[in-house]
Amino acid sequence: MDSREMISRRAALELADGEVVNLGFGMPMAVVNYLPKDLNVVLQSENGCLMFGPTPRLGQQDSDLGNAGSMPITLKPGASIFDFATSFGIIRGGHVSSAILGALEVDQEGNIANWSMPGRSPGMGGAMDLVVGARRIIAVLQHTDKAEAPKVLKRCTLPLTGKGVVKVIITDRAVFQVTPEGLVLEEIVAGMSVDELRRITEAEFSVAPGLCEYRLA
Amino acid sequence: MNKVISLNQAMERLHDGMTIATGGFAGVGAPLKCIRRIAESGVRDLTLICVANCHPFTVAEFDIFPLFANGQVRKFITCHNGTNPLAMELSRKGSLEVEFYPMGTWIEKLRAGGSGLGGVLTPTGVGTLVEAGKQKLTIGGREYLLELPLRAELAFIKGFRGDPMGNIEYRGVAINTNPVIAAAADFTVAEVNEIVEVGDIEPTRVGTPCIFVDAVVQGHSLAEQEAVYQELWTRGGILR
Repeated sequence: MDSREMISRRAALELADGEVVNLGFGMPMAVVNYLPKDLNVVLQSENGCLMFGPTPRLGQQDSDLGNAGSMPITLKPGASIFDFATSFGIIRGGHVSSAILGALEVDQEGNIANWSMPGRSPGMGGAMDLVVGARRIIAVLQHTDKAEAPKVLKRCTLPLTGKGVVKVIITDRAVFQVTPEGLVLEEIVAGMSVDELRRITEAEFSVAPGLCEYRLA
Repeated sequence: MNKVISLNQAMERLHDGMTIATGGFAGVGAPLKCIRRIAESGVRDLTLICVANCHPFTVAEFDIFPLFANGQVRKFITCHNGTNPLAMELSRKGSLEVEFYPMGTWIEKLRAGGSGLGGVLTPTGVGTLVEAGKQKLTIGGREYLLELPLRAELAFIKGFRGDPMGNIEYRGVAINTNPVIAAAADFTVAEVNEIVEVGDIEPTRVGTPCIFVDAVVQGHSLAEQEAVYQELWTRGGILR
């Protein structure tokens, strides 16, 4: 199982029945493929719909039905469509209970950076509205970058998307809760010790008394 | 009243240096025929207002990609530029100015511009680079940025059906940014799949009332549009 699938599967487990959920651009979108069958959530797509479903097969697609990456989607029974002003009213106005966002960096204060790098600014899209409006922010990212440098930091170095907004950090190695006292390690991938994790994590963290193995189901 | 015009006539208002807005979100709900004509017109030095850049699967002449490839855009007022590597490179080199707003802010600036508001107060962007140069107010113990109205001289929106009075019906998520943009321009051209007769669109199904629309042009038929997006999505490998 590749690390992106691991992270998406684990992120899906954070969601509770009845939640209104926004899945951000990139890795979070794959979470839709791993939602437990008995879980009923209302998925919001920031480009203007609620209750979107899986990717259609060739021949079943509709040029006027796309998701927040403008990739083809289907709609579930009970779906609704609305314009951008309404969509961002939903997002900014506290009507989304959980948002799963990809991150370039997160830090021990719950800051998240995901829209700009030195010399390369893709733009913030809907992310800044999501982090101020959604009631719970779940940040997903690889634990280290391609050069094995940590991405869970003491302090983000990149331009912030939001300050102190992250509640849960899910990487391919660990799951942390963000609390007013700092990061708390709740789950660690099988075969890795806490010391080994500390070596690849710049942020300080305490270890939950109930520390357990990284869950995938 | 007959607002139906040809694509050529729709381009007569274009001139160098204009601020134009285009509807659509990474190609979905975009007025493709009008945008193609803008690219072919040779008009330059544009300030382009569009919520995002082109679809990630774009290879050449689709949607707003050629406007950047031709160097026609001087300034891009948007929320996301990352889907267009060419535009990212132009921005890095300094030949394209990009003014970013968070998506919720961008749409509210245009809504303010079309609805007579002097600005909007939003908490989005407080504590980030988005604050730069903006007034910040504290209301009820919470900080907000004052974001100012945004308007275009000329807007191109995309609808499903339009009548000669300019009433526009939308289809699917293609509605996206189109209604807000329609209201926020000095002159709005609506490209539609089907031009219908006055009275064909039920009043409750009108997504943009006629007074916001100055001209209606025939775009791709729905069947042609389906073929365009089937090709885009299969080429990119997302549809199997």
